[in-house]
Amino acid sequence: MSAIIELTGVGRTFASDPPVPALADVDLLVHAGDYLSIVGPSGSGKSTLLNVLGLLDLPDSGSYELEGVETIGLGDGERTAIRGARIGFVFQSFHLLPHRDVTENVMLGDLYTGGRRSDRRDRARAALDRVGLSHRTGFRPTHLSGGERQRVAIARALLGDPALLLCDEPTGNLDSTNTAAILELFDDLRRAGTTLVVITHDDTVSRRAARRVRIADGRLSER
Amino acid sequence: MRSRLDPRDLAGEVLAGIAVRPARTVLTVLGTVLGIGALVTTLGVATTAGNQIAGRFDAATATEVTVDIPEPIAPGSPPVVAWESLDDLARLNGVEAAAAYVTTQPGKEPDVRANTVRDPGRVLDRVLPVVGATADLPAAARTTVAAGRFFDTGHITRRDRVAVLGAQAAEQLGLTRIDNQPAVFVDGTPFTVVGVLAAVGRPDQQALAGSVIVPWTAGADALHLGPARTVVVTTALGAAALIAEQAPVALSPNDPAALTVNAPPDPAALRTGVADDISGLLLILGLVSLVVGGLGIANVTLVTVMERTAEIGLRRALGARRRHIAAQFLLESAVIGLLGGVIGASLGVVAVVLVSVGRGWTPVLSLAPVLAAPVAGAVVGLVAGLYPALRSARLQPVEALRGPG
Repeated sequence: MSAIIELTGVGRTFASDPPVPALADVDLLVHAGDYLSIVGPSGSGKSTLLNVLGLLDLPDSGSYELEGVETIGLGDGERTAIRGARIGFVFQSFHLLPHRDVTENVMLGDLYTGGRRSDRRDRARAALDRVGLSHRTGFRPTHLSGGERQRVAIARALLGDPALLLCDEPTGNLDSTNTAAILELFDDLRRAGTTLVVITHDDTVSRRAARRVRIADGRLSER
Repeated sequence: MRSRLDPRDLAGEVLAGIAVRPARTVLTVLGTVLGIGALVTTLGVATTAGNQIAGRFDAATATEVTVDIPEPIAPGSPPVVAWESLDDLARLNGVEAAAAYVTTQPGKEPDVRANTVRDPGRVLDRVLPVVGATADLPAAARTTVAAGRFFDTGHITRRDRVAVLGAQAAEQLGLTRIDNQPAVFVDGTPFTVVGVLAAVGRPDQQALAGSVIVPWTAGADALHLGPARTVVVTTALGAAALIAEQAPVALSPNDPAALTVNAPPDPAALRTGVADDISGLLLILGLVSLVVGGLGIANVTLVTVMERTAEIGLRRALGARRRHIAAQFLLESAVIGLLGGVIGASLGVVAVVLVSVGRGWTPVLSLAPVLAAPVAGAVVGLVAGLYPALRSARLQPVEALRGPG
């Protein structure tokens, strides 16, 4: 199994007085097809870890190889390109554009990564079909339930065929029914070979993952 | 590895961004509409008004040339312009009609009396100017005969004592009809009235309406009117300036400088002058509203960037580079400016037409400002979008994702 994520000795400290170490000497190895949850209370460094994993933030020390490519030291443009093409983001607040219909929201998924224009709409429809929303293609996100919105966001993340689906509190805004539906979708994706990293503070969510990692005070511990 | 954005996709995102907030877009466009509209209207009304004033000259005055001839240096010396040299002027290309005449000097007008005495109590002796003229005077002075006819070259050659009365002169003399061969007595010399003039069209020849007009030969015989003092010329449209230049040479080859030529002002110069006068202040007003419109766009775009912070974060997460974000907002404001330019130019054209209709003018608009207006609008939008676009590009994705939206 090839490594998707390989963090070695990653540290991230925020400049304040006194300096706050958000991540300290973090090592993490994620293989293709893994379903990993990172669980921890707020303030534990979860978000910082997500930002580092998503190439949204640069660690101060250590090494981060994504699909065998060392990302520390890359320019902003290259990191942006890798982020767009290889990482699919799923956010707690969905981040859907309210004035665009469901299909258009999904089509944003590979707008910047050179996806073919000619069949983008078809691919968006296929991704929506995959998350079970083919009956909602023309809807505005505001007319969808929270669970449906999150599935639109997942379809968007899947559009570019990413190496990694990075989910930040994906069920944080959902009730238990919708949460269950999303977790089932994650199981389906996992079976289809998608690599999933889910960051959460919710144990019911983290228990569904095959591998669980706890984060506290910027340090990881696997159990 | 580089992120890239197809220009067609960029255009799609820009248009979607503009279309989602129609009310705001309309309000944002309004500033540019006012600025561009004011500029186009100002330029258009100025051009129209300038052309209108010039047009009046074009229609009448621009074809009218008058040559004033000084008195001979001493009584008995040869005339500055001989009556016969009028033929040389009439031959010039562009001359439609030319006539020469001499009028009795002011204060030395003769007594004129009609022969039809009906009311002994009325004073029938009138003091009227007498004009000795050549046969083309009606055409050259833009008049016609209301009754009878004008004298012709035959009358002149035969030195016939005939007369044509101006409309006012006929009224003063109580002559209403000429079919009974009336006569007028000028200083006691009888002249047969052969015609009465209609209204005189040329504004500078109105004196003819109150005059008794006789063949210059008969005038010389009976009243010693002397050589021609005025030459009136009607030219083809556009030929007035040329004829004004050539007329003195044709009339008085020996001393053309002695003659005074009254020609219409150059319509082109007149047009520019008027346009400059009118437009200066309004142009400044238009520019000011354009700047205000640009500030409006800048302000609204900045607010939009702030509101769409989360969207910017999302796009960055999806692989958008800073330049893609900046390009999107820059183009959005440029398109809003372009819209303002197009709408403003259209409204400006309509305003020019309405003003022209209200004044009974012919609307005249040069194409350049109308075509340049949308470009100017787009440039205003582009400049206004610079700062907000930079702000949007500078946002850090991590912070942006936490932003409102």
